[in-house]
Amino acid sequence: MTDAKVPLPTLLSDDGDSGSQAAAISPEFAGESLAAYAVRHGLRPSAERPPVVAYITEVWRRRHFVMAFATARNIAMYTEAKLGQIWQVLTPLLNAGVYFLIFGLLLNINRGIPNYLAFLVTGVFVFNFTQRAFITTSSVITESLPLIRALQFPRAALPLAYVVVELEQMALAMAVLVVIVLASGEPITWYWLLVIPALLLQTIFNIGIGLFAARLGSQVNDFSQLLPFLMRTWLYLSGVLFSIQNLSLSKSSHVPAWAVPVLASNPAAVYIDLVRNSIMASQRLSAPGSQPYNAARCGLWQHAVQSNTAVPSSLEYDSAYCHAQVTVAHFWYFGIGWAALALVVGFFFFWRAETRYGRG
Amino acid sequence: MAEPMVVVDDLNIVYKVYGAGGDRGSAATVLLRALGRKTRGNIREVHAIRGISFIAYRGDAIGVIGRNGSGKSTLLRAIAGLLPPEAGNVYTTGGASLLGVNAALLDDLTGERNVVLGCLAMGMSKQEARAKYQSVVDFSGVGDFINLPMKTYSSGMGSRLRFAIAAAKHHEVLLIDEALATGDAEFRVRSHNRINELRAAAGTVFLVAHDLEEVELTCNRVIWMDRGKIVMQGDDVIGIVDKYIEASGGIPIDRDPLTKRRLHPRIGAES
Repeated sequence: MTDAKVPLPTLLSDDGDSGSQAAAISPEFAGESLAAYAVRHGLRPSAERPPVVAYITEVWRRRHFVMAFATARNIAMYTEAKLGQIWQVLTPLLNAGVYFLIFGLLLNINRGIPNYLAFLVTGVFVFNFTQRAFITTSSVITESLPLIRALQFPRAALPLAYVVVELEQMALAMAVLVVIVLASGEPITWYWLLVIPALLLQTIFNIGIGLFAARLGSQVNDFSQLLPFLMRTWLYLSGVLFSIQNLSLSKSSHVPAWAVPVLASNPAAVYIDLVRNSIMASQRLSAPGSQPYNAARCGLWQHAVQSNTAVPSSLEYDSAYCHAQVTVAHFWYFGIGWAALALVVGFFFFWRAETRYGRG
Repeated sequence: MAEPMVVVDDLNIVYKVYGAGGDRGSAATVLLRALGRKTRGNIREVHAIRGISFIAYRGDAIGVIGRNGSGKSTLLRAIAGLLPPEAGNVYTTGGASLLGVNAALLDDLTGERNVVLGCLAMGMSKQEARAKYQSVVDFSGVGDFINLPMKTYSSGMGSRLRFAIAAAKHHEVLLIDEALATGDAEFRVRSHNRINELRAAAGTVFLVAHDLEEVELTCNRVIWMDRGKIVMQGDDVIGIVDKYIEASGGIPIDRDPLTKRRLHPRIGAES
């Protein structure tokens, strides 16, 4: 209305014979500030992050981009290698092979765990999923800087795509795992279906920590130096190599009783145990508390674990007669809780810095 | 009435440069910093943009000229929303896309995948991306190289493909930072025409270029920057370009006294 009448002293207009104006022009014109003028014309600050709902909608609109980007990255990862895509299957196989060599053949230790090899490999694969999601997303912003600077899209699509890459890798690793677990003598049961919700929860959790790591990695350069140590500590605390439940059961243990539920409820341990309990009948049958408490049988098992030799196979399942500290039901609650918490916290943490990712 | 697309209101941009002293790696410095004796001792602030204001309207193609380090690229990045302002603000319609010279997409992937990914990232659906694919490839003129990884491209081919991808979508505000500098003469003509198309489709184009002839041919407005401030700006593109050349001690351009056109144009295809 008014702007049609008022001759706007626009800075780029060719008013008069000079053809240009000095830079020092008042931002006030027609009694209105430039900011008010911009807002009146529906313009918004360029470095303003979109509101949450709009942001989520934009991410959803980019779902095809997320999938295509993940596929592209999967391909790019192996273009240099001669064997190409075969590495996707070969990597988990070799991983399992190393552990089989060391723990299955060289060191015959089972620490009172029946079917220790399957126990170990399951732990390694499941932990690896979270570990790789965490490590790769921590560099996603730096790696994608050109893309971020060139094109407008919600940046959360990038860590999301990296987690999808890891999920695709995990699917192949699971195929390898199934073969190993079956070969080790575990039966196929209906419990196997529980792997799907377990991995789904883990994926949601990974998206959450992936978003978290993406922002942290983009702003704190030292983060990537620290990451390997963090990850190794986490690995050792998560019961990949040993059973957390059995820690305090052994009589010579120095581990205080409160540490067991704390360690067992850490997210990596939770998802590992959920998967183990679904695909390994030996885990379900030997879980403490799965049989009525029997002091004598539990004591025999504890005695066997303390001796430095391997636990005889006749006693392997007798940990079931000890008291449970954490039950499988607890694991499901924790699994859901961690996934929801990680997703919400990770998303908000990432979203709050949305406009800063292009700075580099 | 012209509709504003970009409003820059007394914009100030300050870069914080860490470790400007160059002694970050020294163990003693790190120790001192860890002990709190010398916390953040070597941050330097670079005031790259010092209070710029202007309005860009729908249909404008604005050339930004000036010496190296005068703040041209910073201005474009601020408009794109990549740099938060220290003071003042930039207002846009949203969706300003910056096309820089280094904007490789995914080097390991073929040009083909880059085209599809770029289109999807800009928010196109799968069908749209597929529909646009051929025109992008044709426009970029990379030919059979489209099936090779982008890292095998020459810098000119790379920037051509990137520009073609970015230009596939209608951008309300397109920011081009030296992106066309490496293209060959034929591609320049094509991109010049594409910029005109984008303008005609009611977009706004910003062009940072050291090639002043390109600015003259492409832009209807020009901003001359120096040390983070605007020296001159306006519609008289040729007049400002000539003054800029004069100020930087260059040889004046031979022009037709009536039409003000260059007498010896290098980019000749525009009649």
